Order: sequence, then C-alpha cells, then structure tokens
Amino acid sequence: MLRRLLAVALCAAALLPAEPVPARAEEAVLNVYNWSDYIDPAAVERFQKETGVQVRYDVFDSLETLEGKLSAGHSGYDVIVPTSEPTFSRLVRAGALKPLDRAKLPNWSNQDATLLRQVESSDPGNRHGAIYLYGTVGLGIRADKVRELLPNAPLDSLDLLLKPEYAKRLAACGIAVMDSATDVLPSVLHWLGRDADSTDGADLQAAEKALLAIRPHVRAIIASGNILDALATGEYCVAMTYSGDVIQAKARADEAKQGIQLRYVQPKEGAQLWFDMLAIPADAPHPEAAHRFINFLLQPEVMAGITNAVHYPNAIPAATPLVEEAVREDPNVYPTPEMLARTFTVRALSPQAERARSRLWNRFKAGR
Amino acid sequence: MRRLPLLVPVLWLGLLVAVPLLVVLVLSVSWPAEGVPPFNLPGVAGLNGDSFALVLGDPYYRAAFLKALVVAGATAGLCLLLAFPMALGLVRAAAAWRAPLLLLVLLPFWTGFLPRLGAWIGLLRDEGWINHLLQAWGFIETPLPLLYSWPALFLGMVHAYLPFAVLPLYASLSRLDPVLEEAAADLGAGGFTVFRTITLPLAAPGAAAAFLLVFIPAAGEYVIPELLGPPSAQVVGRVLWQEFFQNRDWPTAAALAVLLLLALLIPIHLFQRLEARS
Repeated sequence: MLRRLLAVALCAAALLPAEPVPARAEEAVLNVYNWSDYIDPAAVERFQKETGVQVRYDVFDSLETLEGKLSAGHSGYDVIVPTSEPTFSRLVRAGALKPLDRAKLPNWSNQDATLLRQVESSDPGNRHGAIYLYGTVGLGIRADKVRELLPNAPLDSLDLLLKPEYAKRLAACGIAVMDSATDVLPSVLHWLGRDADSTDGADLQAAEKALLAIRPHVRAIIASGNILDALATGEYCVAMTYSGDVIQAKARADEAKQGIQLRYVQPKEGAQLWFDMLAIPADAPHPEAAHRFINFLLQPEVMAGITNAVHYPNAIPAATPLVEEAVREDPNVYPTPEMLARTFTVRALSPQAERARSRLWNRFKAGR
Repeated sequence: MRRLPLLVPVLWLGLLVAVPLLVVLVLSVSWPAEGVPPFNLPGVAGLNGDSFALVLGDPYYRAAFLKALVVAGATAGLCLLLAFPMALGLVRAAAAWRAPLLLLVLLPFWTGFLPRLGAWIGLLRDEGWINHLLQAWGFIETPLPLLYSWPALFLGMVHAYLPFAVLPLYASLSRLDPVLEEAAADLGAGGFTVFRTITLPLAAPGAAAAFLLVFIPAAGEYVIPELLGPPSAQVVGRVLWQEFFQNRDWPTAAALAVLLLLALLIPIHLFQRLEARS
C-alpha cells in the first residue's frame, strides 16, 4: 500500500516531463510501469546495457491505480502491464493503446499460439499486446494450521473460504481476500455454479449473499501486494489472491525458516485464468524504445529469468527448458494440462454491469 | 497601483480554488463514458443528474457520509481531550522550557506523513513489535489483530491531527491573563473550581477552533482509513476513491466531492465566525 502511494507520488513527478514534444530522434529513455515484485531486475539491467536506453521503472499494485492514471491521459509511460480482463480489454476499446508494430517485434512468434488465441477475446487479432506472464486466482493456505482447525475439510477447494462453517473456524488464524471485485467475484459465481460473467441480478445477489455470510470471519480485504507480504510472515492461514503471489510468499517464508508452511491451492471447482499483457499507451513518448523493450522481453532466456525470479509462468514455450527445474515442475507455477482444463477466462462486461459488481463489492467490504 | 497587492491572493484563489472547484462541478454533471478521459462533458446530451441522484438516493453513500462525520467528530474530540492538558502544560511551563516543548509538538511535522503511518503499520501488525512484546511477556498466546481495526484507525487519526488541536489551544490559553486565575484562588476557589469557572470558559473559543480545525480535514480523510482502518470503515474519502479508480465513474466521484464540500461549509462557516470574534 505504501508502495502504491509512493508510486503515485513518483508518477505525479513523472507527469511533468510528459509534454508531447515532437522529438525527431527519440530520447534514449523508457518509462516502464509494471506490477510490484514482477520482474527479474537483471533483465532490466541487461536491456540498459545492450541498448543504452535508460529505464525509469515504476510500480503499481492494483489495476485501479494503473487505469486511473491511464484514464487521465498523458501518463508518460511507454510500457505498461495491464491484466487481460478487465483493464487491458477496456484500454483497447477506449483507444488508449498503440497498436504494436510487429515488424519491430521479430520475437513475437516465440509466443504460444494457443495462449495468444485465448487473449483474443480481449484483443481481437492480438493487435495491442504481447503476453508477459499469466496465472490463476486461488488460495494461499497454511495447510498445517488449517488441518489443526478443520481435520476433515478438503484443502483443494474454495469451500475453505466460502463455506461459512469453515470460514468461522478459520477466522481465528486469519482470512484475507484481495481487494478486487474483478478477480474475486468470477470465482465466487463459478463456485456457486453460476456463470462467471453473469450480469443477472439473481446471480449477483447470490454472490453477495455468499460473501456477506463469510464477511464477519474475514480479517483483511487489502491489495494483493500487502497479502503477499503478510502471507510470508504467516499472518493469514487462508488468503484468496494470485497464484504467483502465494508462490513468492512461500519462497520468502521458506527462506526465513520460521516454520511457516505455505501452499498454493488452485480450486478444484475451477480457477480464473488471467494474462498480464505488455502494451504501449497511445500517447507513449518513447514508442521506439517500448518496442525494443517488448522484443527484448520476448526472448526465451530473458523470460526464463523472469519466471525464475517471480514464479509466474510465461507464454514462451522455448523458455520452459531454461526455467529452474523446481519452478518448471511445480504444477502451481506451470499448470498441468488437466489443471488448465479446469480454468476459465472472463469476458468484458458493460460499464453498467461492472459498476453494479463494484458496488456489490463495496457493500461486502462495508459488511452490510 | 494600490490594488496590486490584492492581485496575488486573488490569482492564488482563482487558480487553486475557484478553477478546480469549477472543474469538479462540471464533472459532477457530466456523463461517464469509456475513453480517455472517461467522461463526456454535458454538451448536447444536457446535464447529467444521475450521479447526484445515485449518491443522494443510495443508503450506501449516506452511510459513508455519516461514518466520515462520526469519525471526524470522534477524532476531533479525542484530539481535544489530549491537546487541552498539553496546551495547558505548555502555557504553565517555565519560559525556558516552552520553546523546546513546543518544538516537540511540532517535530512530527518534520517527518513525512506516510513514513509515520508506515511505522504504525510495522508496530501494529501481527508480526509487529507490540504483538511480539505482548507474546514474549506472556500476556497473549496468539497475536492480537491490531492492524485494520477501529482503534488503529483512531490511533492514526489522532496522531496525525493532534498538533492542529494543540496549537490554537496554546494560542488562546497563552492570551489568558493569569491574574484572573490568581484572583479566583485568592477568593477561596479550589484548583478544580478555578479550572471549571475561569480557565475552561475563557478557553472555550480556542477549544472550539481546535475542534473544527481537526474536524474539517478529518472528514475527508482517505489515507488513514485505507492504511490502518478495518474494511468496514467505508468513509466518504474511501468511497470517493473507489468511484474514481474502481468504477472509473468520475462524475459520481465529483458529485461526492461536491456534497462533502457542501456538508463542510457549515463547520467552515462556524470556524470563521469564531476567528472573527477573537
């Protein structure tokens, strides 16, 4: 959270030099705006060394922050990393992204064609984005603690969070949910056996009822980045968040050797699959450097390094053999084909439908 | 030529108060849209009254206003309770001590606001110092959920706003003629009676000013409830953020801002009258 506010402050400063001065030869600078804890720092260094382009790297920890800044225009960023739904597709529809020039991206074809097709529902023809990393939404759990409180509960199910009788028992050791209607509601709807993209009033009411039933037992509804930090120190025993965040938290917890055993659970009922996209804002001041950076990232050895660092899978098949074995073999990082079959993607919703969902979410947070 | 000095404050007010206010007003009757920026000005389509209708009609927003006013009132009250003895101590302290003590009140202002809140987060979290100490001393077995709670929220609010209450109280108490209190004591009044019948009534305008000086900014507070408060602390500042960033509904966010300003005009007016009188 602090990081987010700092990022906002930094960006306010970055806004100033973003005047659209028509430069003939582009200045050798690149402004990158990415999620926090979401890159291999060595990759940025290598890019700077190879190209001589100075990278100004800035981070956000919620899509709202990214989109808020993009919506105002003149964000000054050259490369951003929005999630396929809802932000990336909305930016595509709003005309806020520059179509990628494939001629400047010879490494484009390194990407997995099947995964690219899945993103086409957000970006027809894949014109505006390359896949950076992807993952699922699920639960980070401390299995030993959960077992202590609930000897018979299934550990691989959203029941742990969404069944009030379980949530009530687990409240003692801490339940957290990431503060994101778009990343939590689809899974709740899916768990209820309803359409994850539903805009039907009855479906949404059912989801709201289910969420309010567990609300008294939820301790924190905070940004995913804060959940990562707190999971690593063992503050929650069940947290709904992004797959790779749990795996990063687990790596930190293992390193700290305080006996905190974390595990990522991809819910057996089905998990929301999402893609983080590399995209260029329409008014990016340095589009040349932006294309070079995206092309640089799409190399197998660079992507493998990023996956090793952040424990999210990439969409470049040639990178997989270069990824550390422990990461590559972990089905929570690289889902098996059966696990991928049990995922679902979400579609774009109308602004009215999104607002209805967001207000539902706020009522859940307020607990009324 | 004589009017020239007036130009600076007028320009200042115009650029930094009137223009932004006008922007917010226009925004509040604009139409939300998908695009950059995400709204259409009230042109051909006419004014959009939906945002005000939503904010005034939906009990969720009314509750947010009410919560913000209660939080601001409680914060101002708590600040006053703490600030009164502090200000009195400052006034009564030996002259040599007064400057360093006043400095201690102001010192927190010299560090950034966010690092101080960050320090509270570090202290209050489950793995923070407070819980570690309580556990080490055997008072508790499992950590107390201190962070993201109402007490944490008020701790942060009082910490941030206390100097705003101490300073006006100190100013009004230092204007108080000590002879009056001495006279009351000479006439046989006990310490508490002197305080109740002389000090307190004379300090009342200063106390009211201190209360309002905390209340007004606290009512729109966003950062502290967001960083320290429980999820249920949906005060108007947070709701405004959500409308702006989560819903990208800038007109509704602007309507909330306009209504908050209107609600605060009453205490602002009271404050000005108090200032004018003293």
